[in-house]
Formats: sequence, structure tokens, C-alpha cells
Amino acid sequence: MPHPFKVHRTAEGDVSVLHLEGFLDAHTAPAFEQAIQAELDANRARLVVDGAKLTYISSAGLGVFMGFIEQIRELGGDLKICGLSPKVRQIFEILGFQAIYDMVETVPDAVQRFATSPTREA
Amino acid sequence: MASVERTLTLTVPSATENLALIREFVANVGSQAGLGEDDVAKLELAVDEACANVIEHAHGQDSNKEVTVRATFDTATLRIEVVDEGEGFDPTVVPTTSVEQMVHDRRTGGLGLRVMKSLMDEVSYEIVPGERNRLRLLKRIQK
Repeated sequence: MPHPFKVHRTAEGDVSVLHLEGFLDAHTAPAFEQAIQAELDANRARLVVDGAKLTYISSAGLGVFMGFIEQIRELGGDLKICGLSPKVRQIFEILGFQAIYDMVETVPDAVQRFATSPTREA
Repeated sequence: MASVERTLTLTVPSATENLALIREFVANVGSQAGLGEDDVAKLELAVDEACANVIEHAHGQDSNKEVTVRATFDTATLRIEVVDEGEGFDPTVVPTTSVEQMVHDRRTGGLGLRVMKSLMDEVSYEIVPGERNRLRLLKRIQK
């Protein structure tokens, strides 16, 4: 039985928040990729990815984060990550994502980070 | 007392929609082998990575091909073989570059192997020309 995955979008001012839920693997990564692409197509490059309901991630999901970050920063925006469970966060840390991405606890923390650190060097 | 070895095998069509089924199989095997919850999660992810590589790269999304996951365990170790029918591309020889460099180059390939090596005690690959290829993962069972 397939493991479900969903992306739900909300907005906090000019920051788009993508709430991930379920299992992000090679089968479901294209849905996440499309959700980020839709933001960029709409000229929205200030993104928060909320992983509070993300149960599982494999490198296919991590690859989506990596594939877009340079483009997002070239547009003057950033992608900030929040809400990860310890189990999921461990996978991000294996690949050293904490050196590349702002990773914080909550959506408000992540939105607030745009005030102090709107982007990083692309 | 001699250790009894058990082998369990799952064969599925080579399609990413079957990754969830593969993870469930591997999680059951890991529990039966006596791995703790944390190690079961690591095993699930490592085998997911191995199978995703086969489905997307070795088999080029051809769902007429099959992926076989064979798990063998005794009281000391759990060994997983992921068998493919692909061209014999050895993922373990791909050079390791930093994640920062990969981001800069907009490349995402090679992440799966990095994850597998981080989570498992041993990762090796065997190419049998004209036959099948096997990626082997080994996890020692903590007492």
C-alpha cells in the first residue's frame, strides 16, 4: 500500500509556507518539486518548508531542497526549514544540510528569520 | 548454541510506487532480526535508497524489470542484497563531493549512496557481467 504524501500551502505576509505531510521518497518527491516550482513561477522566492507532519524523507526528497536553493537565492529569496522531528532532522544532518539551510523550530521562527536573514549567498 | 540463519525475499516490479512496500518488508525483517527501533528506521531508509537507485538509474524506470530484496540474518548480523537487472553501474565508485559543491553545481545525484554509507556498517557492490548485480548492505545487530 503506497505511503501518502501531501503538500499544503499557506502564506504569512509575503512568505509562502509549504506544509509537508507523510512520506517523501522517490515516488512522492515530484509532488514537492511541483509545489516549489509553482511558487517560483508565481515569483515567490521567500519560502518556509514546515516538516512538522513529515514522517519520512529519503535522499530523493532532500534532492528537491538542493535542486532549488541556488535559484531561490539568486532571486533574492531563501528556503527555510522548520518543525522537523528528531528522526527526520537526523537525515538532513547526515548530509550537512544545517550548513546550507536555516533550520529552526517553528513556522513563526522561520518567518521571523526572513527579517534578520532574508537570503544567503547563492 | 549454533546460530540459525533465516532468509526472506521480496521481489516487486521496478517502480517507485513499490518503495513503500519494500520499506514495510524491510521494517518487518529488521524487527524479526532483533534490531532496535532506531536501527530499523536506518535500515528502511538505506534499502529505500538502494532500491530507488536501481529503479531510477539501473532500470531506467522500466517497470517490466524486477527488484529483489533478499534479507539474511542470524543473531549477529543482518545482510540485505538488492538485486537488479541493470547495466552494472557501481554506485560505490562515484566520487564523493561536498554537499555545498553539489548545490553550487545543481547536482543531486550521489546523495543516496552517502546516506547508505552513513546508516549501514558495510556497503559493497558486485557486478556479474551479463547476469545480475547485487548491492550488499550489512548491519550488525547490537546486543
